[in-house]
Amino acid sequence: MSEISSTLLYSAFIIYLFSTLFFSMSLSDKKSSEAAYTKKWGKVGFITACAGFAAQLGYFITRWIASGHAPVSNLFEFTTFFGMMMVLGFIVLYSIYRTNGLGVFAMPVALLVIAYASMFPKDISPLIPALQSDWLKIHVTTAALGEGILAISFVSGLIYLIRTVDQTVSTKKTKWLEIIMYSLISVVGFVIISLAFKGAGYESSFEVMNKQNQPVKIVYELPAIAGPANGDHLDRGFGPLFNTPSWMQGVNASMKLNTFIWSLLSGFVLYGLLRLVLRKRISAALQTKVKNVNSELLDEISYRAVAIGFPIFSLGALIFAMIWAQQAWSRFWGWDPKEVWALITFLFYAAYLHLRLSRGWHGEKSAWLCVVGFWIITFNLIAVNLVLVGLHSYA
Amino acid sequence: METIVCECGHSNPYGTSLCQACGKPLENDVEVLTSMRYEGSARRSQVYKKTIVDQVWNFFSSVKVGVWLIITILVAAAIGTIFPQVTFIPPNVDPATHYETEYGTLGKIYYLLGFHNLYGSWWFIVLLGLLGLSLIIASLDRGIPLYKALKTQRVTRHNKFLENQRLFSVSKEADLEEIKYTLGSLRYKVREENGNLFAEKGRFSRWGAYVNHVGLIIFLTGAMLRFFPGMYVDEIVWVREGETTSIPGTKDDNGQYYLRNNDFILEKYDKKDKKFNSALNSVEGDVAKNYQSNVTLFKSNKGTVIGEKGKLEKIKDGVIRVNEPLKFDSFALYQTDFKLDELNKMSFNLEDKTSGKSFGKLTVDLHEPETKYDLGNGYKVEILDYYPNFILNDQDEPATVNNLPDNPAFVFAMYSPQKPQGEKAFVGIMKNIDSGDNTLKMSFAGLETKDLTALTVKKDLTLWIIALGGFIFMIGVTQGLYWNYRRIWIKQNQGEVWAAAHTNKNWYGLKKDLEFLTEKTELTPLEDRVNSSEK
Amino acid sequence: MKKKRLVFRSVLLAIILLAIGYTIYNSIYEKSGTYVSEGEMAPNFVLTDLKGNRVELSDYRGKGVFLNFWGTWCKPCEREMPFMERQYKTFKKQGVEILAVNVSETNLSVKNFADRYGLTFQIPMDKDREVTKAYGIGPIPTTVLIDKNGKVVGRTSESLSTKKIVSFMEKIKP
Repeated sequence: MSEISSTLLYSAFIIYLFSTLFFSMSLSDKKSSEAAYTKKWGKVGFITACAGFAAQLGYFITRWIASGHAPVSNLFEFTTFFGMMMVLGFIVLYSIYRTNGLGVFAMPVALLVIAYASMFPKDISPLIPALQSDWLKIHVTTAALGEGILAISFVSGLIYLIRTVDQTVSTKKTKWLEIIMYSLISVVGFVIISLAFKGAGYESSFEVMNKQNQPVKIVYELPAIAGPANGDHLDRGFGPLFNTPSWMQGVNASMKLNTFIWSLLSGFVLYGLLRLVLRKRISAALQTKVKNVNSELLDEISYRAVAIGFPIFSLGALIFAMIWAQQAWSRFWGWDPKEVWALITFLFYAAYLHLRLSRGWHGEKSAWLCVVGFWIITFNLIAVNLVLVGLHSYA
Repeated sequence: METIVCECGHSNPYGTSLCQACGKPLENDVEVLTSMRYEGSARRSQVYKKTIVDQVWNFFSSVKVGVWLIITILVAAAIGTIFPQVTFIPPNVDPATHYETEYGTLGKIYYLLGFHNLYGSWWFIVLLGLLGLSLIIASLDRGIPLYKALKTQRVTRHNKFLENQRLFSVSKEADLEEIKYTLGSLRYKVREENGNLFAEKGRFSRWGAYVNHVGLIIFLTGAMLRFFPGMYVDEIVWVREGETTSIPGTKDDNGQYYLRNNDFILEKYDKKDKKFNSALNSVEGDVAKNYQSNVTLFKSNKGTVIGEKGKLEKIKDGVIRVNEPLKFDSFALYQTDFKLDELNKMSFNLEDKTSGKSFGKLTVDLHEPETKYDLGNGYKVEILDYYPNFILNDQDEPATVNNLPDNPAFVFAMYSPQKPQGEKAFVGIMKNIDSGDNTLKMSFAGLETKDLTALTVKKDLTLWIIALGGFIFMIGVTQGLYWNYRRIWIKQNQGEVWAAAHTNKNWYGLKKDLEFLTEKTELTPLEDRVNSSEK
Repeated sequence: MKKKRLVFRSVLLAIILLAIGYTIYNSIYEKSGTYVSEGEMAPNFVLTDLKGNRVELSDYRGKGVFLNFWGTWCKPCEREMPFMERQYKTFKKQGVEILAVNVSETNLSVKNFADRYGLTFQIPMDKDREVTKAYGIGPIPTTVLIDKNGKVVGRTSESLSTKKIVSFMEKIKP
């Protein structure tokens, strides 16, 4: 069963790739004379996206059967599910607005999320007592769905910015847009570099003392730029160039920091190559592709995504979370970092809604806010487990 | 306070920008579209600026202030996650030094500014309180006028009101009945007056914001009540297997609850488990599957004095697992911690030091050791001193760390018919020290252990208020964000038919409705002025 | 109309300010559920001492009670014991009793300890920590001062000097 499951996930990934391809074929930089052509490829892209979603749903169900619990219990499973919910969010919003441009960007971002997920250990893991509750599936799935839909508001806001920010001169705005592009490319870099070293079978070990003062072996799968705090290098592998500061306390923090540095470096190389090929800013290159997309509609989609996603997020990430926490830990709120960052996400989107509804922040301002919102969501997803300790530091 | 009487005859409160009834702009420089957010109604706070009370009120009525409060709380909360909160640092360390030694200068600043206990700090509570204040005032100031405006709105609107709407068109002629029918089929509520039409849908969604604010206020009130005496109990109780102990915080005039720990169970996943094989082998050590306490709940009878065992009445047997607390009255017991294999009894043989011949066996209860043990035939053992958790202190004297028998050690006096004056020996785990010329020896002969379970005792009478607040919030946020208030006006105006439409959000949906309407009728398609002006 | 508005606003603002103030007050002086503090009536209890005699707090009504919680392993407790013993001899005649409740230790250890320091005051044995829990005792030593009417008039968790002990005894003597 678990083989079928991973095959299905793999196929979903490939199908999403095709969907991205079809959606980008639907964009034309010529005037709208070729509406039929656009419509056709858009439809093909959308159907492909649905097929990919079906395949991934298949993965989800088969993995559930194989493990006996909802596959949302470790970082691989959760991040994959988050990607899936992004696709679902896209499907919902596309079926309302039928904007092909959204697909060209939403599908690749979802792909990145799923590719990123697959870098975590994929073993089916047993549930520790705290996770043995029906609220695991209820809380995590709802929260992920909310985050997936909110992610679409980021995608739409991003396209809005690419479409409207003036690229003829270099400004703060163009720089920030490039930083976003660079971050997305870094995820690609991370996946490539991880696969490359995994393919080559690279391993390098360190020995550190854990909290109970027992020696523990940490195995790096990437050459060590950042070594563990107070660790002994056990073999003659590369590095480390410096040691991880000891306040980073998450599980395997040093390894994650090392991976993070590698991602930034490889992202830098990829980004540089792209700039060399394109001979202009990446967002400027993309701007020509999306100049026919209706910016007013993009603004509305990004707002609508927040309007749909916000209640779901509140329900899943705060209310269901509180009910579960009351049951498992005897208090509904404990100021655990993951909880706090969920609250921060909630407060941020609440501020967004107030600024938009009462103070008329539309268009570009609103789009930048959506970018920041997505940054907060990914920070909670990745950095809280990386840097901060707490009850959610499984895996 | 003066009122403004519109030409349509309606008298509006001072400060109104669009007439509540017909929508005519009451001053020349009014922008209709931006005023539509609150129906051009006077936000009361902006009107009067007199006393200090009014000024404070006005300050908190502003959405800008509200947003700043949200952002401040957000930033403070984010900073609070940089280093662990004081509740997460190891117990028994002084936070003042802990933050500096662990995190350096930054940690010291963090501690000095009070971020180590952010969420209990007075200024964080003040921020939350001010947010609550802002929620109440802003909602009152906007909700009430909006309600009045939507209630008094008339079917026939002023020309200026209509032609300034975002969606607008002028048609030569149109069949009113047909329009009415089409709008009805789109589930609009249509009203007619003098040949003019007013169609609306989803007005209740306008109340969503206020409903969710009410929910939040109830939630914050619940959170505040937590600090009031009697609303909240949070204790921890350790119970050794086989023992019965009182449950702290559960005493009232009718007696007190007691709990017996019948058995503590720790289950681990089998490393050979086929399903989880690879995951289990990738981690060192075992993965826990279940923490469980099998307990019996008792209640003492009325008037039992503390310390007196009294008569305990059995209430029920129960199983407590993580995620499955045991509930009784308004209390709940949660599996929180455990200690496995605490030493309970230790057995020794009294032996001849050289031949190893045994003269008898004795068992010492480590929680209440007997002083003297008679082994018969003139052989006796006496415990002179007992150190439950042995340590050598600063003066190199034997001492005990605490009263827990984690490392028991004894000073024994051993008596035999040959040596009735006795021989002394110091015996501990892996230790047996005597003066050297002893003929007798205590040798270890087995031990008994017991598990302990730790349970959190919780009573929280604010839970239902918190839950109610959350529930109302969800209703409000759903009704406000998943529905929208769409309005369409049709006015016969000097031989022309004017059509205008407005929605508080989701213009795309409104436009789809209008497309359907103009397709089915002779109305000219409505033009979106905002969108076209931007292009 | 204008006056009504002002009254309404003032009252609402006042209520919210009071609520915030009271919440902060409670969060600062938050007491955990069973903590017995100054001004309350001391909960009655029954324990047995080393010799098996029944010791009930209510029997000491009319006398000042110096209620001390301690353990043999605790250094600060050990330090203050001889001081307490010395003052006990003086103040016993003036109607002050010392009840030194031992927190969950064995008779053997406590007896050895009492013999070593020649303690003559009552040592009730709180084997199951029932009294310790009921009084919400955290760190030891903790001393609770009870006056002749059974009311708690002081509580401290510091290791006591002779001077402190004398002033406490003076405070509770009937």
